Amino acid sequence: MIEEQPTSTLSAARDGGALPELAGKSGPEFWRSLEELSGTERFQDFLRREYPDQAEKLLSEPERRTVLKLMGASLGLAGLAACTKQPEERILPYAKNPESTTPGVPLYFATAMPWARGSIGLLVENHQGRPTKIEGNPDHPASKGATDAFAQAAVLELYDPDRSTAITKRGRTQTYDEFLTELRAELNVQGARQGAGLAIVLPTIVSPTLARQIRELRAAYPQARIVQWDAIHRDEARAGALAAFGKDVVPARAYDKARVVLALDDDFLGGGPEAVRAARDFAPTRRARKGRTDLSRLYVVESAPSVTGTMADHRLPLRAADVEDCARRLAQRLGLDVKTGEATSAKVDRWVDAVAKDLQANAGASIVTTGDWQPAAVHHLVAAINDKLGNVGKTVRYMPPVDCLPQERGQIEALRELAADMQAGKVEALVLLGVNPAYDAPADLDFAAALSKVPFKAHSGLHLDETGIVCEWHVPAAHFLESWGDARAADGTVTIVQPLILPLRGGKSAIELVNAMLGKGGESAYEAVRATWQAEKPEAFEANWRRWLHDGVVPGTAAATVATTLKAVRSEPRPAAAGIEVLFRPDPTIWDGRFANNGWLQELPKPATKITWDNTVQLAPALAARLGLATGDVVEVAVGGRSVRGPVWVSPGQADSSVTLHVGYGRKRAGHVGSAAGFDAFALRTSGAAWMVAGASIHKTGETFAIASTQEHVDYDIVQTEVKKRQILRVRTVDRFAADPHSLDVEDRHHHLGETDFYKKAVQREIATMGRPVGEHQWGMVIDLNACTACGACVTACQAENNIAVVGKDQVLRGREMHWIRIDRYFDGPVDNPRLLNQPVPCMHCENAPCEVVCPVGATQHSPEGLNEMAYNRCVGTRYCSNNCPYKVRRFNFMLYSDYVTETLKLQRNPDVTVRSRGVMEKCTYCVQRINHTRITAKREGRKIREGEIVTACQQACPTEAIVFGDVADQKSAVSRLREEPHEYGLIEEYNTKPRTTYLAKIRNPNPDLAGLESA
Amino acid sequence: MAQIFHPSFNTLSKASVVAAVLLLGSVGLATLHANRTSIVTDVEVPKIQPVPFSHDHHVGGLGIDCRYCHASVEEAASAGLPSTKTCMSCHSQIWTNAEMLEPVRASYRDDTSIEWIRVHDLPEFVYFNHSIHVAKGIGCESCHGRVDQMPLMWKKETLNMEWCLACHRAPEKFLRPRSKVFEMGWDPQKALGKSQAELGAELKAEYQVQSLTNCSICHR
Repeated sequence: MIEEQPTSTLSAARDGGALPELAGKSGPEFWRSLEELSGTERFQDFLRREYPDQAEKLLSEPERRTVLKLMGASLGLAGLAACTKQPEERILPYAKNPESTTPGVPLYFATAMPWARGSIGLLVENHQGRPTKIEGNPDHPASKGATDAFAQAAVLELYDPDRSTAITKRGRTQTYDEFLTELRAELNVQGARQGAGLAIVLPTIVSPTLARQIRELRAAYPQARIVQWDAIHRDEARAGALAAFGKDVVPARAYDKARVVLALDDDFLGGGPEAVRAARDFAPTRRARKGRTDLSRLYVVESAPSVTGTMADHRLPLRAADVEDCARRLAQRLGLDVKTGEATSAKVDRWVDAVAKDLQANAGASIVTTGDWQPAAVHHLVAAINDKLGNVGKTVRYMPPVDCLPQERGQIEALRELAADMQAGKVEALVLLGVNPAYDAPADLDFAAALSKVPFKAHSGLHLDETGIVCEWHVPAAHFLESWGDARAADGTVTIVQPLILPLRGGKSAIELVNAMLGKGGESAYEAVRATWQAEKPEAFEANWRRWLHDGVVPGTAAATVATTLKAVRSEPRPAAAGIEVLFRPDPTIWDGRFANNGWLQELPKPATKITWDNTVQLAPALAARLGLATGDVVEVAVGGRSVRGPVWVSPGQADSSVTLHVGYGRKRAGHVGSAAGFDAFALRTSGAAWMVAGASIHKTGETFAIASTQEHVDYDIVQTEVKKRQILRVRTVDRFAADPHSLDVEDRHHHLGETDFYKKAVQREIATMGRPVGEHQWGMVIDLNACTACGACVTACQAENNIAVVGKDQVLRGREMHWIRIDRYFDGPVDNPRLLNQPVPCMHCENAPCEVVCPVGATQHSPEGLNEMAYNRCVGTRYCSNNCPYKVRRFNFMLYSDYVTETLKLQRNPDVTVRSRGVMEKCTYCVQRINHTRITAKREGRKIREGEIVTACQQACPTEAIVFGDVADQKSAVSRLREEPHEYGLIEEYNTKPRTTYLAKIRNPNPDLAGLESA
Repeated sequence: MAQIFHPSFNTLSKASVVAAVLLLGSVGLATLHANRTSIVTDVEVPKIQPVPFSHDHHVGGLGIDCRYCHASVEEAASAGLPSTKTCMSCHSQIWTNAEMLEPVRASYRDDTSIEWIRVHDLPEFVYFNHSIHVAKGIGCESCHGRVDQMPLMWKKETLNMEWCLACHRAPEKFLRPRSKVFEMGWDPQKALGKSQAELGAELKAEYQVQSLTNCSICHR
């Protein structure tokens, strides 16, 4: 049943009494949280402080004598510190220099990050055998040079000090040979029985070599059970494809050719590596420029705000269970013969009408998509809709799924059967390769109990995790950056995965282990991969092999389009599910829990909520009001006899009566970083209801919990109202932009300065008048707000490139996160369905920088090339600069955040960037190490720096190319051309800071037919 | 009540205030000075190395080019120390049994590094790049001194920031033709009949040498 949204959330809130401050607030200006919207005292207090709660309370009032003593001691110690002599250092040159390595000059190698729904091609920077930074491979179809946050953080996963270090049998260290002996003995027993008691569980196979080996294994053990398991699987999509076409296919969508896109509960711009390519294709259709205003339009139906939702022109919050009815109505409106449910909602009907009209007007140039978590019927409906609109063959084509070993059943079904067999004692030997079902299997299978019935269990994983600890044998797994392999991208393209470093922990890859099971233990993974491809592409193999390794793609491996015949939709509408629905979704930053021990991803604010280090019970303001809940209240969510406890997050824009739980948290054995963070939502997830379950009840426990969200950590000024009028975020509709591109200027900018050319057209002149030397280049950055999806790749890329420390939840709660670039998220409009807007904020590198003039020791200076630079060793930590920074982009090392102790983490550091110690201010440098490197190279070659030669880490990672960096003194540079755009503006430039980082305003493309509907 | 202090204490106390200021001041000055002496900077202090390698012999005596061993000086930030293999390219033929060279042979045999003691040690927050200095005509000698006359290696300059800046502010005082960068004891007057001032000004223009003194040139 589609419920009418309560017309006034605010009155509901008033009645519920939970958010009484919201009464009478309509939220016409941008706001970031409900607290800000209501203007509570706590929020005002929070803002007034530069870093909330930074001043630790002393236990007792200090006496004058104590203060003097402390001062004297600090002075004395400070003097002593200056007297130290540099300790003697050693130089250890190579005994035999490896080919083509020069100390200090990194090498780049192409490889790929395996992923269940399509791997992503990477280029990895390697400093003398240490992989330090990951970039996208421009030649790889799934990357096109960009990455997502997961790929950026993979390098930290490699160096995770909590990775398991030894082969163990019941906790005791053993050798690999001892393991192999026992495994062989077990396999010999099974071999005699055709493998009837043997089972292997491994993640979705995207490696052709591994698939070949498993086939060989199947030939040797015909009755062995091979189960592919990923907690975030595509069972529903698969079932939908089978219903629609009679075979398993996946839609490949050309977003670059689409004029209208409708996402029915599909986070296609933000869900894993395969979203990188989608975002890359989608973004160009959204680039508003002077004279180029034919933007595409994005409709999103979703239950919880997502990355895709923030990009929507029209967003309809709908319970996930109601999406099917919405799809049915749309199909019906488009002339398909489908049945719809009886319940109606005027709002949804009007919405569907307008969208249907728009889709029809753009037939053949539109895309309708749905997410893996929607039931098979919706996938079938979407296939029918795309077919009806004539999109198939134009914007949508069907391809075989990425799996290298076809799956005859859904993954849940396969796992359920395995668990039953295990319970029945039919499984005698179980090999688990890189999976963690004891943690992430559906709760009703009780996989941990089933495991205890299996006599021989061997587990391989990066960590001795929940599954590893209950298995007899544990073998450390090799990370993909340590092993040979191959991996298919979503479009089928194969990349040879090559190691960047020898296994740090002596890990074994799945290929090696399966080889050992095949009795080919002497064959290395390298030989196995080569054998696969020698058989596959024998001609000129040696030369080609080198080319494939170099390029990072094996040409001609992309999958061909599959011819399909659509079957009519005959499914009956599902009966309306009453009550509160609970949704299980992969976590935006730690996915299914596999990245739980990755500090960068834990601390990366989740795109829509800006929460770090936790998952929450995310629900709508209206529901919170009805239940008398507020953010931070710990509740018990119970459904089907199971329950979990977690803190509430009141999420504006969430569909009413829909509760989102992100899985992946509540790990017990993730490691020092991830264990004990959040609660385990898998405990509620059953094999029958993997993505949504209705009829949940929520009880307040009376406890409260502090959630570390960064969303209100920064404000531009205490004179909020004034600043808001000036509009930090500038938003226009495309029609208005097309009619009068300069309308932004007239209304918003420079009006009080009486000068319209301001500084940007005369950078050189302006700096000259400031009495500073003028460099050859003037660096600047333009960020297109229309392209930014808030995916967070830039934040993690910056963290990897610039050795930025992880501070932990406690410090984030105090507003002390260290990210040099943050992505602010604003809401605009009513609390039940606000528009969401993203704004990445790095250092503005103001020409007239307020921070520089207040530094008492000259630690922050302006370079002739326009950089606002930090000399860490001069900084004495007064924090005046941060206090005076209107953008609050400076970050202070309140404590010794950088890890100087853990050896493996040292390996990750970028040798070209200083590791900052305690008491030092730091901030975005525009990646000055990259600027310097390029400047030196150019000068050595006796030429000028070329346009586009310097790419900052954030710019390089960005899937949508929202960030453009370059020389603003060069009128022909890309960044200069963007600065000439009529909708370019600087953040609170009224302060006369003359920011070098500027923005292109958000240009929306709303459907006039829907005017007024969302705010109604 | 009787006075505790004798009246002369007035003078003494005043004098002691003056003395204290003078003493503290001189301690301060002495510290500043000490920081610039070889007690702290190690200037002209030869370092004992695992192998008593003599630049005097190899450069001054045999005339081996700097780049034979410091191979990456023209392309990387670090000039690079030779791998043991480089040593062995000669010493597998000559002095093959010299006891002095046993650590070198051992290194080659066992594939383990020789642990050299660093002579020129910049702090970790300084990012110096050899390649650009060499490319812009700064001779090895300008910073490292007459290496060809050093039996064991020592530092000729303090490597203090003021020393770096002295050249960055007036590079013309040290520039030489690119072809002479690796030469020891090169003198513009003798070779070209020009004063350093004349030559420096010419080369500064020709090589487009800039005077870069902002923080992020070296600190990042």
